[in-house]
Amino acid sequence: MPIIQVENLFKRYNGVEAVKGVSFDVKEGETFGFLGPNGAGKTTTISILCTLLNFDSGVALVNGFDCKREPHKVRSSIGLVFQEITLDNELTAYENLKFHCYLYNMNRRVAEERIEEILAVVGLSDRRNDIVKKFSGGMKRRLEIARGLLHRPRVLFLDEPTLGLDPQTRSHVWEFIHKLKKTVGNTVFMTTHYMQEAEVCDRIAIIDNGGIIALARPDELKRSLKGDTIYIKTSDDEKAKTEIREKFGLSARVTDAGLSVLVEGGEKFIPKLFDRLTTEVLSVNLKKPSLEDVFINLTGREIRDYGPAARFRG
Amino acid sequence: MLSYKAVYVIVLREFKRFFRQKGRLVVTMARPLIWLFIVGSGFTKLIDANTGERYIQFILPGIVGMTILFSSVFSTISVVWDREFGFLREMLVSPVSRVTIVFGKLISGTTLSVLQGAALLFVAPFLGLSLGLDGVIYMIALMFLVALSITAMGLFVASFLSSLEGFNVIMNFIVLPMFFLSGALYPVGSLPTVIRMFTYINPLCYGVDSFKHILLPGGGRLVAEFPMYVDIMFVAVFSVVFTFLSALVFERKK
Repeated sequence: MPIIQVENLFKRYNGVEAVKGVSFDVKEGETFGFLGPNGAGKTTTISILCTLLNFDSGVALVNGFDCKREPHKVRSSIGLVFQEITLDNELTAYENLKFHCYLYNMNRRVAEERIEEILAVVGLSDRRNDIVKKFSGGMKRRLEIARGLLHRPRVLFLDEPTLGLDPQTRSHVWEFIHKLKKTVGNTVFMTTHYMQEAEVCDRIAIIDNGGIIALARPDELKRSLKGDTIYIKTSDDEKAKTEIREKFGLSARVTDAGLSVLVEGGEKFIPKLFDRLTTEVLSVNLKKPSLEDVFINLTGREIRDYGPAARFRG
Repeated sequence: MLSYKAVYVIVLREFKRFFRQKGRLVVTMARPLIWLFIVGSGFTKLIDANTGERYIQFILPGIVGMTILFSSVFSTISVVWDREFGFLREMLVSPVSRVTIVFGKLISGTTLSVLQGAALLFVAPFLGLSLGLDGVIYMIALMFLVALSITAMGLFVASFLSSLEGFNVIMNFIVLPMFFLSGALYPVGSLPTVIRMFTYINPLCYGVDSFKHILLPGGGRLVAEFPMYVDIMFVAVFSVVFTFLSALVFERKK
């Protein structure tokens, strides 16, 4: 039985449909990613699964428990790391963890054992009695993730776990999550709008405008693009587009940053393009398929562009 | 339904936070003393001449009431604080019931208030008031009840607030009027009838009155105005009602 089951989930917020008919399953032990721009419905979905938000219709089961009717049982099965830091700044690392243990009704002995163990895993053993206020952003994140794991949840939810961190700390946090998965081995459900971060997932659901538009393994998603993407800037994009269609039989797409052409064997295609194109080429860029391209291909816009989708003119 | 371990750890957290914030500790202890010795001694000169009663003694019950009022209301800020800084969510996604959170906050707010109020009793001998051991015990019991009623009310109000800004409004439109209409600074009997109506629904008014029963047992004009049983009944009923209401509001809220 899947550890998370979502069927045809709907949620309306002040007249706007934040989640419209989302369905997916997450298998036990899997790292499952929700990828999409801000406002796509990621946090709404995660909040519903964590019982912090009601939903209008559909089914949401976590660890076999109904998120609507058995919220207490769901809450005992999950650990959650929020977008924002939710530690108590005035308490020490140890006290924050102890607070959590007692909320989850552990006895003192088990609590002490787990706290020592998890502090070692996140590399904060020597800082256990320091006030959290003095911690860096990365340390706070590690402590929060540690806290989320203290009660050995079946599913760990990570909502944008690296939001607001600098790139270096971000990669540290990811290394740490990886290591953790190897040692602890529980199911991880995460949301992100960073493409590189999504690559580590076993499976990814790409979500946009409250609906899932693709769901597969990262390599499958990339393979679905069937080729490399060449980005060209020319003196006259419309003319170049027509030329490319007539001379190569390829349909180029006009994006905000110029033309993008999907082609197999991109390296070999570029010289030919220069040979036969009469329009002046200002710049050219070859990209092996990445999730970013998958997203652009599916939605017609970049993930961090918040405006309406650019028109397909191909 | 009620997790004792969780209640314990919520109370423990509030205590740790209280004693770690040195600034808050100093303000808490200094404010009543400023009122007593500056406001109190100023008015003493004015009033003693007319009545022969010592005003500085008269306001001690009121200042104990004020200390409890401010500290109870201030401790309910922690709910707003926790909401604003996200910590409340850590509690809300845990399996503990909402009622557990309410009880934790109630017990911590009440106990911290009583500690601060009780500290003020040490001043009594210096004002020429004799308070035996039985008086201290009665006072502590009454302070518990009063602190509970105000913490419960504060918690109920705080559960509707999402930002600390709103709390300032509450301070000025609920807390200060409650203080001025409590009989802390002057007998409520001397207020005009319309304003007096408000004192009848003010738990602090009955609370301060009950303190006067213990602290000012003598006669004169500046003493308790209601019978003790009325004081206790009102405060007790008020506490129960608002405890129930805040539990209800927390249970409903996501």
